[in-house]
Parts: sequence; structure tokens; C-alpha cells
Amino acid sequence: MRRQLKIVSRAAVYLILSLMSFISIFPFLWMIVGATNTTDDIIKGKWTPGSALAANFGRFFETIDVALVLFNSLSIALITTVLSIGICSLAGYGFEVFRSPARERVYRLIILTLAIPFAALLIPLFMIMASAGILNTKFAVILPGIATGFVVFFFRQNTKAFPSELRDAARMDGLKEWQIFLSIYMPVMRSTFAAAFVIVFFTAWNSYLWPLVVLQTNEMKTIVLVVSSQVSAYYPEFGLVMVAAILATVPTLAIFFLMQRQFVEGLTGSIK
Amino acid sequence: MITARQSAPPLSRAINVNGWLFVAPALCLIILFLACPMLWSLWMSFQKGKGMNLTFAGFDNIIRLWHDPVFLKALGNTLLFLLVQVPIMLCLALLAAVTLDDPKLKFRWLFRTAIILPCVTSLVAYSVLFRSMFVEDGLINQVLLALHIASKPVPWMTDPFWSRALIVIAITWRWTGYNMIFYLAALQNIDKSVFEAARVDGVPAYARFLRLTVPMLKPVILFTTVTSTIGTLQLFDEVANITANAAGTSAGPANADLTLSLYIYQLTFKFMPSFGYAATVSWVIVILVAILSSLQFWLAREKD
Repeated sequence: MRRQLKIVSRAAVYLILSLMSFISIFPFLWMIVGATNTTDDIIKGKWTPGSALAANFGRFFETIDVALVLFNSLSIALITTVLSIGICSLAGYGFEVFRSPARERVYRLIILTLAIPFAALLIPLFMIMASAGILNTKFAVILPGIATGFVVFFFRQNTKAFPSELRDAARMDGLKEWQIFLSIYMPVMRSTFAAAFVIVFFTAWNSYLWPLVVLQTNEMKTIVLVVSSQVSAYYPEFGLVMVAAILATVPTLAIFFLMQRQFVEGLTGSIK
Repeated sequence: MITARQSAPPLSRAINVNGWLFVAPALCLIILFLACPMLWSLWMSFQKGKGMNLTFAGFDNIIRLWHDPVFLKALGNTLLFLLVQVPIMLCLALLAAVTLDDPKLKFRWLFRTAIILPCVTSLVAYSVLFRSMFVEDGLINQVLLALHIASKPVPWMTDPFWSRALIVIAITWRWTGYNMIFYLAALQNIDKSVFEAARVDGVPAYARFLRLTVPMLKPVILFTTVTSTIGTLQLFDEVANITANAAGTSAGPANADLTLSLYIYQLTFKFMPSFGYAATVSWVIVILVAILSSLQFWLAREKD
């Protein structure tokens, strides 16, 4: 009896997990199958592969300058990520290694900014960019995303694991503080940097509201904005929507599969 | 020893200068693009006028909130999404994490990867996928009809209740795996011998879960509750891409899916621009975040 109960509960566990996994993966399969179907077939719920793949891709590449759009997305995401990691790692290191009561107070204020909803910044930021004359440029998209409380917090938390003996030894050797940061801290903490890279890159690549507000012409649009403008047409061409969704998703999926461990560390590293 | 002591004051001064130098770039950017805009929007919420020509208006905007049915609708919708969706999602995430935490489980890595996968997609990309699956004659309705779960197509896009259900289903799909990651990480750090002892003593599984797992995970449950609350209060991408109309002037049937963030966007960029009033609405979100986060911290405080 007890043994049977155990087998049943074991089967239930596998059933629940399989069901959750299937539901999680299904929309990705739907996206790929959808790209091979015509718009009519997609909205009728056809779930078998069709023969419209080439037609969908062809029409999408005809109507959208795909290379430019992907270049926009990639350059915005990469520049944001590199600057963000550089500047926030300096700050996280600074707050942890050079402690003073004044800086602790500043740090606490920075942590409070984590609770600020972006909607509250939207209008003033838009006016700042408008008065600086940089609306519809990559600068306007990138600038507000560089220094965030989350990434500073992430680096400070991880710096606690940086051995202070290494720092002291380097000081004995006469290295300046910035040299210690560049030539010792960065190489030693490379897994922390990799984890931060994944998280910040994903956020920048996937961001929507701020680019939507700032980027106004077609030449500046990112892939995420293209996906959105495809679907908000009066009669969305879902065949093309699927192609756009694939292009928006593939880079993050690829990074995820290559760097899954860093992704998980990037998310949970700050709550250690 | 003596030399170290003598050099102590200049060293600490050097450390102080270095400290400010290291944090300065981030601090400047945060002041410029976070603190200043924040205070500016507070100031703006007491102003009114068209476009950039704003004049001081006292509490006019706050009074306008109470008489604005669209704002009250957006506020109600946002709170409804919060109250319904966050508990469902966090329970599912906790359930998945506890089930996956068993080292004897086969294909554990595969299940975990699959369940995490949704949180890698952009909010816009997954939103358009959900929109294409949930259209009137679309895939989901076909499946529901074929399995006899529904006797006629579910009006996902045309009925207020079902269009809200669609948003809840979509967000839950996207964020359950994300929250599960935090629970799994926390479970890995728990000392398992207590569980083993309880199991040997014959404490049933549900009691072990409620009396041991949940209390031990309390800090991380608090963390996910606060971050999910902040996230849901800012809900924008999904409603803008799943149920908003083509002109972007409403979301869902009779605005059933209009959220505060979407309303702010409409007030600023779709309707006659009223920056002052939009700023007032945005401060409603700030105040909600502040109240709800403090409430959650207060509820989770250590009672000793």
C-alpha cells in the first residue's frame, strides 16, 4: 500500500513537471512552426509546419531593413552593457572596499532607487533628452540604462567574496588602487562580470518602453520595436510577426544556452 | 609597526578620496538620470498645461484623479492583476522549485532548463506569441474545443473577464520560472538534515513543506513578493502588445486591461499631452510601491 502510494506520487511529480515544461516550451515551438505558415493559417490555429517560411522571411526582409535593425539592437545592448558593467563594478567595489559613514548613507539611498518605477522617470527623462537635442539617437536610449542600483548592489554583494589578502599584497607591491581594480580584481572576479554581462545584456536587448518613446524614425528602431509595430497594425500579418519574434528571441536564447550558469548566478548572486 | 602608525592618517585620507573616485561615475549618472527626474516629476505633478508650457496648479491634478473614470479603471485593473497574478505565480514557482529540489529526480536539469526558458524572452516577443495563440479562432480555442473543455470559443479578446485572464496567464507563463530560480538557489543552501529527521519522525510531506520549507525560505519569498509587486505595478509591455487596440488608445474590451503605466504613456504620447497630470499618475505608482513594499516587510518581520 505504502509502496503503491509512493509510485503514484512519483508519477504525479513527473506528470506535473512534464506538463509545466511542455507549457513553458510550447510558445517557442509555436513561434517556429508559425514562421512556416501563412497569416490565415496562424490565426486559424494550424499547428503543423506549412510551406510559407521562405515567403514570410522574403516579405519581412523586403519591408524591414533587417541588418540595420539588428545592428541597432546589438549596438545599443552592447554599449549599454559594457558601460554599465564598467561603471557599476567600480561603484560596487568602491562602496565595499573603501568604507566611510558618508558613503554608506549614499549607498542606502541608491538601494532605495531600486523601488522607483520607471513610469515616474519617463516624462522628465523625455524632456531632458528633448532639451539636450538627442531624441531619436542611441545616446538617449543608452544613457539612463548605464548606472542602476541593481548592478551596483550586485557588484557590492559579490565583492564581499574578493579576498582582501590579494588587495593588501598588491598594495605592498606598490600598486595604485585603480591598478589593483584593473589587474587583480577584474581577472579574479571574471565569473561575476560574466554573470552581470548576461543580465544587463538581456535587459538592454529586451527593453521596450524607453526605446519606444525615444526612437521615432524607422532607421533607429530596434528589433523589439519592430516586433511591436508589426503586431499593432490594424490587420497584423502574423507570418511576419513570427519571423520578427524569432529574430528578437534567438540572440538571448543562444546566450542563455551558452551561459545558463552565469544567467542563474546573475539573478541570484545579489541575494547571497 | 611605527611606520604603519605614522602613515595611518594619510592612508585613510587616500582611501576616502579613492572611495569617492570609484563611486563618482555611477553616482553622477544616478543623480542625473534617476534622482533629478524623480524630483522633477514630483514638481511636475503639481503643474498643468499643454505640452511643455506648464504652470503651477496646486492640487488640481490630485483632485482630477478622483474624477477621472479612466484613471480609476486603470488603478483598479493594476491592483486586480497584482492581487490575482502574484500569488498564483509565486505558489507555482515554489511548487516547481520544491519538486525540482529532489536530487534523485531524473531529467532534473532538463525540467529546470525548460521551466526557466520563458524568462529569457523579451516581453514584447512573448506577448505577440500569446496574442497569436489566443485569437478568436486560434490555437488555444481549437484545443479547448477539441478537448471539450469549452463548448464555444472563449472570447479572450472581446470579453473583459477573459481578456484579463489572458494577461494573467501570459505574465504567469513568463515569470514563474524566473521566481523559481530564486527558490531553487535558496533551497540549495538549506541544511537538509532537518528535513530528513522530520521525515524519519513521520511528519507528512505537506506539513514538512508548511512548517519547515516555507519558514526557511521566508527571506527569499519576501524578496520575490516585493520584486513581483514592483514589476506588476509597472505592467506595460504585455497589455500594450496583447490586448491594446491598433491606435494604442485603449487596452482590452472597455479598457479592461488598461494599466497605470499604459495610461501614463497614453496621457503623454497618445492623447493631448498633459505632462503634469501624467506625472501625478506616475506618483500614484511610486506611493503604491512604497506602501505595499513596507507592508510586505512589516508582515514578514521577525516576531520575537
